[in-house]
Amino acid sequence: MNNWSWDIFFDAFPMVVQGLGITIGLTIACYVFALIFGFFWTLVKQIPIRPIRWVLSWIMEFIRSTPPLVQLFFIYYAWPMVPVIGVTLDPFTSAVLGLGIHYSTYIGEVYRTGIDSVDKGQWEASRALNFSTGRKWTKIILPQAIPPTIPMLGNYLIIMFKEVPLASTVGVVGILAMANNYGAEHWKYLEPLTIVAILFLVLSYPSALLVNKLERKFNRRFDKKAATGVKSN
Amino acid sequence: MFYFSLQQKGVIIIDAIIEIFPVLLKGVEITVTVLLASIVLGYLTAFVAGFCRLSNNIVLRKLTGIYVEVFRGTSLIVQLFWLYYALPILFGIDIGSNFWAGVLAISLNYGAYMSEIVRGSILSVAKGQTEAATALNMSAFQRMRLVIFPQALRMMLPEFGNYLILMLKSTSLVSLIGMTDILYYGDLLRSSNLSQAPTVYLLVLVFYFILALPLIWLTKKMEKASKKGVAN
Repeated sequence: MNNWSWDIFFDAFPMVVQGLGITIGLTIACYVFALIFGFFWTLVKQIPIRPIRWVLSWIMEFIRSTPPLVQLFFIYYAWPMVPVIGVTLDPFTSAVLGLGIHYSTYIGEVYRTGIDSVDKGQWEASRALNFSTGRKWTKIILPQAIPPTIPMLGNYLIIMFKEVPLASTVGVVGILAMANNYGAEHWKYLEPLTIVAILFLVLSYPSALLVNKLERKFNRRFDKKAATGVKSN
Repeated sequence: MFYFSLQQKGVIIIDAIIEIFPVLLKGVEITVTVLLASIVLGYLTAFVAGFCRLSNNIVLRKLTGIYVEVFRGTSLIVQLFWLYYALPILFGIDIGSNFWAGVLAISLNYGAYMSEIVRGSILSVAKGQTEAATALNMSAFQRMRLVIFPQALRMMLPEFGNYLILMLKSTSLVSLIGMTDILYYGDLLRSSNLSQAPTVYLLVLVFYFILALPLIWLTKKMEKASKKGVAN
């Protein structure tokens, strides 16, 4: 442990923290993009025309099971070279697109489990009561489908936060890039990289606890609901 | 004329693929080696850490708890860089190679996540099974080996399958510490001929997808296997 220097630690600290704002901003941007684009993948499974559904679900499988790092490189380095539709994107936007699209395939799955968790009887009942499609979704399905997805969505926010440092590879000057810059300048990697690790722990551990709490809260509510449901029958 | 130029374009792309394919193929060996080493070491870590967290020894339990939270709380790329750049400085030891830094980072990271699955599955085996085994006068070790663990293992399978694919995807990170995997050769090709970049990266993605296909198949198998034969 004789190589650890507190002087360097405190010297590097303000610089590394500077990158934190960008990392958090990028996390939120990626997350919002994934939340919105995730709907698309949820809808894919509902498409009535089989070949289109088949092709789209293979595309989804393809995006899910290939590395987000390569997808990021594709969007940043290769997209400008694609004929006709190619555009040059700045690092931040490419990171939002790359990581956002990758994680939207997971988020779409979360939505789907939420919708699947609604009891079949609820669909039938809303049809029996002659509800319009709009009312069926806003009054019956979504209020029951959304709560169980909240802890999972929270989990994905934390996962996203931990995945965002990948963006430093295409030049987004977030927390990891700051630490690497400091390391390259002073030839000291130990302290700045340790600061990054500590900051990640400090931010993601409490959020993980919060998500656990949410999970327990929602589970309890559903258990209670199920229990009272059985009783009233 | 238009048709002709399209045909020409097609020929150019096919030429490019013929040129790129063997170069990327050189990286497959490293990617697969890293993947297999990470899988073996990762599952080993998961089982050891999972059992340690269930142990009666409070020191062992707390220490593993800290390990799990640290590796789950920070991101893999940070751990990779830390192991590669920082650890040798901190303890004055050299991990030896970027191969071990990469494999250690991936297996410790995913081992931490999977240890939670091991722990959760063992805890979720119905209480009555433990009681029945005790009633049959089994020792604690016999109980775990013959009754609890086989049932818990079935529950772990689907999640374990998902982590196979996640590990495959994370092996692409080792190119960042200079290992010559698929992505490394892809980057090399891209930097030598910028206009090839779309073909190169698409082909890299296809390579990873082909490697993922057996894992996807295996995951489905594991899901099926876990559905039968668990006592509730």
